[in-house]
Amino acid sequence: MPAAIEVDGLVKRYGTLAAVDGIGFSVPPGTVFSFLGPNGAGKTTTTEILEGLRRRTEGQVTVLGLDPWADGTELHRRIGVIPQDFRFFEKITPKEAIVYYRALFGTNVDPNALLEQVELSDKANARYDTLSGGQKQKFGLALALTNDPEICFLDEPTTGLDPTARRAIWAVIRNLKREGRTVFLTTHYLEEAEMLADQVAIIHHGKIIAAGGPADIIRAHGKPARMTVEGSPALAAYLRMNLGASAVEEEGKVSVTLNDKGDALKILTAIEASGLPWTSFTTTHDTLEDVFVRLVGQMDEGALKTEGAP
Amino acid sequence: MRMRNIAADFRIVARTYFRNPVALFFSLIFPIILISLFGLIFSGAGNVSTTLIVVNDDHNPGGGFTPVSVAFLQALNNTTVVKVQVVSVGAQNLSTYLGQNALSTGLVIPAGFQNDYLNHTPVNLTVYTNPEAAASSGAVLGALRGVVDGFNCGRSCVQTIGYTNHNVGSAVFTTIDYLIPGLIGFAILTSPMFSMVDIASSYRKDGIFRELSLTPLTRAEWLTSRVLWYVALTFVTAGIMIGAGIVLFGAHVLLTAGLIPFLVVGPFFFVSLGMLAGSVAKTPESAALIGNIITFPMMFLSGTFFQVSSMPPGLQAFARILPLYYVIDGMNQVMLFSNTSRALTDLLIVLIGSIVVFLLAIRLFKWRDE
Repeated sequence: MPAAIEVDGLVKRYGTLAAVDGIGFSVPPGTVFSFLGPNGAGKTTTTEILEGLRRRTEGQVTVLGLDPWADGTELHRRIGVIPQDFRFFEKITPKEAIVYYRALFGTNVDPNALLEQVELSDKANARYDTLSGGQKQKFGLALALTNDPEICFLDEPTTGLDPTARRAIWAVIRNLKREGRTVFLTTHYLEEAEMLADQVAIIHHGKIIAAGGPADIIRAHGKPARMTVEGSPALAAYLRMNLGASAVEEEGKVSVTLNDKGDALKILTAIEASGLPWTSFTTTHDTLEDVFVRLVGQMDEGALKTEGAP
Repeated sequence: MRMRNIAADFRIVARTYFRNPVALFFSLIFPIILISLFGLIFSGAGNVSTTLIVVNDDHNPGGGFTPVSVAFLQALNNTTVVKVQVVSVGAQNLSTYLGQNALSTGLVIPAGFQNDYLNHTPVNLTVYTNPEAAASSGAVLGALRGVVDGFNCGRSCVQTIGYTNHNVGSAVFTTIDYLIPGLIGFAILTSPMFSMVDIASSYRKDGIFRELSLTPLTRAEWLTSRVLWYVALTFVTAGIMIGAGIVLFGAHVLLTAGLIPFLVVGPFFFVSLGMLAGSVAKTPESAALIGNIITFPMMFLSGTFFQVSSMPPGLQAFARILPLYYVIDGMNQVMLFSNTSRALTDLLIVLIGSIVVFLLAIRLFKWRDE
């Protein structure tokens, strides 16, 4: 099946500044692709180019086989977009807005069913200016779905929302995937991407610095998992001597790197065999957020060489 | 352009409007306040025609008016009671001219006036007045008597110059009659200009144009729906103003179908112009400034509150470059003077202007960024 989104060598320059500097990636249909990066990294610019709202300077971009800028009108019939901070006519209700969009797109979607889908039925007849932040985002989501889009673009859909509202939006995104739609999600909540996305790409200073499945990126760029127990320097020394493990003690905590799944059991057995006092053990591993912070930090220090997209 | 899209957008505009108390006040209550206020201010003024239209047939053999006739008219002007305006319509046509232009006073200075005066040969002037317009008739006759006496006594009070008074049946209009087309013009200008300038910049800032650009709605359809909305609103506002003028002040205006085209092209022009002004501005603040620069001169100098013919010649010339002048003049022609040909010229000017501005506006306002 051809990719839903295909980007190659994309550049967007404002004067001499390259906001997007030669990026490439591919999004298979029916998957959730998450585009991550700190503020000002080039996320929104890239997203707007894909949506046909901004003209690119260089490179190849196809969305559903179309050139987003040249074929914008055709593309807009087939995609749904929720911008960052969705705004609409203040005195219009979600239901009226859907009826309006339905007429414009010439579809016959049922407004009530759509509002049910985004969990906004109770506010169907409330005017935009009376809605909360989360309800406004759901309103935007419902409008973006009026034309039964093949790809949904969500630009930081949960920014500024409370945890309950965020969870509700996540549920909708999962549903979109279940319905076979492709989702292009930009966010700076890393756990959101880790939880929802099949593929992620991290963009920084207009370049992609890591790409792949969330677990693959963590494996490739994260620190190995560690086990930590409360114990003495003597315990750390015992483990180094008997297991050759990289055990270190700091402020009453002994931590040991886990290179393999089986390591945890071996280490616990050794600790018990040492006869030294110890209590409570925990295991920790890097999250996408840890990796993200490290990669972005390294790049800012100039320590990391840019790597291309897969 | 698809009617379905325009209709869908029109419903949204109408809903937004009806849910906005301020907007409702300005389109339903404000017109009544405006008519009442200006009606009361000017109600004491009564007749507004103090202009004396003059046909001077006393020419020098080498061309130009004779010095005595010029001095005579100068003396009339110096009374400050009347304002002399010389026209070249031919003495026999003056009465018709007055009727067509709703003017109630005129004067003919015959050929040989200077010659007769200097030779002590009696010479007769013809003066036209309208008894219905008592105030201006009285003013003109009084001023004329004074000046004639002055000229005769300059020559030992021999009755050299005399005058014959004829009545003209020109319609007499009061200030409220002129105020109705003027204030309808005011509403046609201000209501779309202020809100479109604001919409053009704030919708761009709030991303609402961006949102709409993701739908099949086109810019031309969007602007057309706005034009239609303001046309509808203008009909309501004009109806209220005419009704209030008639009921409260007994205004005399003709309610003809000829008014309809002006209530359509007027909003067409100013909705487009407001959109254009808002589109060229970079920020809502500069949009408001551009809107005000365009709106304010038109608000006062196009015949809204004050008749253009009563303004100094320089301002009259300036008024003729203001689009609203042609809207209001056209409405004056159909509502007061029944002058169809002049109304058609006015209409054509506004229509052509509207098409140009509409096309420029949809070209310059951008849904999406480069």
